Amino acid sequence: MQVKLSVVNNGRPKAVQEIWTILEKVEDPEVPALSVVDLGVIRDIQILENNEIKIDVTPTYTGCPATLLINSLIKMAVEKVGFKVVTVNTVLSPPWTTEWISEEGRVKLKEYGIAPPVGKPETRGALFGVAAEVSCPRCNSFKTKRVSEFGSTACKALYKCGACEEPFEYFKCL
Amino acid sequence: MTDVYETVENPHFQYVLGLGDDSLILGQRLSECLSKGPALEMDIAVSNLSLDLIGQADLLLGYAGKIEGKGRSADELVNFRDAHDYRCHWLVEQPDRDWGYTICRQFLFSSYQYLLFERLAKLEDKELAEIAAKALKEIAYHRRFSAEWIVRLGQGTEESNLRVQNAINELWRYTGELFETTKWEEALAKEGKAILASDVEAEWVETIDEVFAKAGLSKLDDFYMVYGRHKGHHSEYLGHMLCEMQYLQRAYPGAEW
Repeated sequence: MQVKLSVVNNGRPKAVQEIWTILEKVEDPEVPALSVVDLGVIRDIQILENNEIKIDVTPTYTGCPATLLINSLIKMAVEKVGFKVVTVNTVLSPPWTTEWISEEGRVKLKEYGIAPPVGKPETRGALFGVAAEVSCPRCNSFKTKRVSEFGSTACKALYKCGACEEPFEYFKCL
Repeated sequence: MTDVYETVENPHFQYVLGLGDDSLILGQRLSECLSKGPALEMDIAVSNLSLDLIGQADLLLGYAGKIEGKGRSADELVNFRDAHDYRCHWLVEQPDRDWGYTICRQFLFSSYQYLLFERLAKLEDKELAEIAAKALKEIAYHRRFSAEWIVRLGQGTEESNLRVQNAINELWRYTGELFETTKWEEALAKEGKAILASDVEAEWVETIDEVFAKAGLSKLDDFYMVYGRHKGHHSEYLGHMLCEMQYLQRAYPGAEW
């Protein structure tokens, strides 16, 4: 899904683009392979009339402990290059989905050793689910097995590869 | 004395407070299991469930504080209310006697919460609807995780079946309260600010029946039910939980990291 750029002050689209570029270098503290832009949590960047910057950010999971840190990393990165008043605004709707992880982000995840989300999130939660068919990020084998639906962070499950025998993490669909 | 089932002060606040308190107290209960799960997989799972629930509580109680309009933050609502001002259901307060209890409590509650939040996500009260839509995705995972475990325990060994059946027998008395509705909630529902829990009861029973049948377990029919949250009545366990949870802020009010 493409994020719409909206600019209140039409004279400054360049600055908005500049902020997007800065944010591409702000890492997710729990999955440093991904930037906050790759993760799809940046929903909008606006320059208000008094040159204040307002950045809309959506949390991944409601209880994600990285949320506060992500917000301050974003604020710090943007202020560091000279933007004075930066407000990080939390938006809940529409709720974040793994569909918003960029293609580039999916490649980065795999290179980092985390299997990217497979398929689409269910629109209505099934009472009993079939574990997703996930390929091993190291050897690409589909001979993998889910060890645990929950992992080191809320967004990941634990898998094991039957071909190369390596355990790995899978970024769950949400 | 006014009847709390007829009318309460600031009903909109009370309604959202109840939703937040359920997530908070169950989240706190599950956090107690951290490092005590029977196996690593279960330990990690309940910690993640706890995190989701406390995240929901933060949003819901933050919104409750806004509705109340007295400037109380989510943290203040959590730390500076006594048990009789809590509005959580008795079910979520019940302790973890073994993994059978933890899973049974979770399944009974998540099945209810899923159906309720599915409807809350479509409310006219936009702020509550947004929180519910966000939380619903997580609750779907909680419900599935606990349903799978109910089947695993029910179909496991004689011992695992016995233990989870014991948990059902013990916890069933708290399920009636989940679907209790008040006059003031009916009025709120008409304004698009609440969902009547009684509206989801039939579908909840279907879910329970489906999973229990698959697990070889049985629910209790016509069992004595325990109520009391609207009157500020709770099980003894809530007070003990609050003692531990609120200790730091009561001893050092306003302390921050």
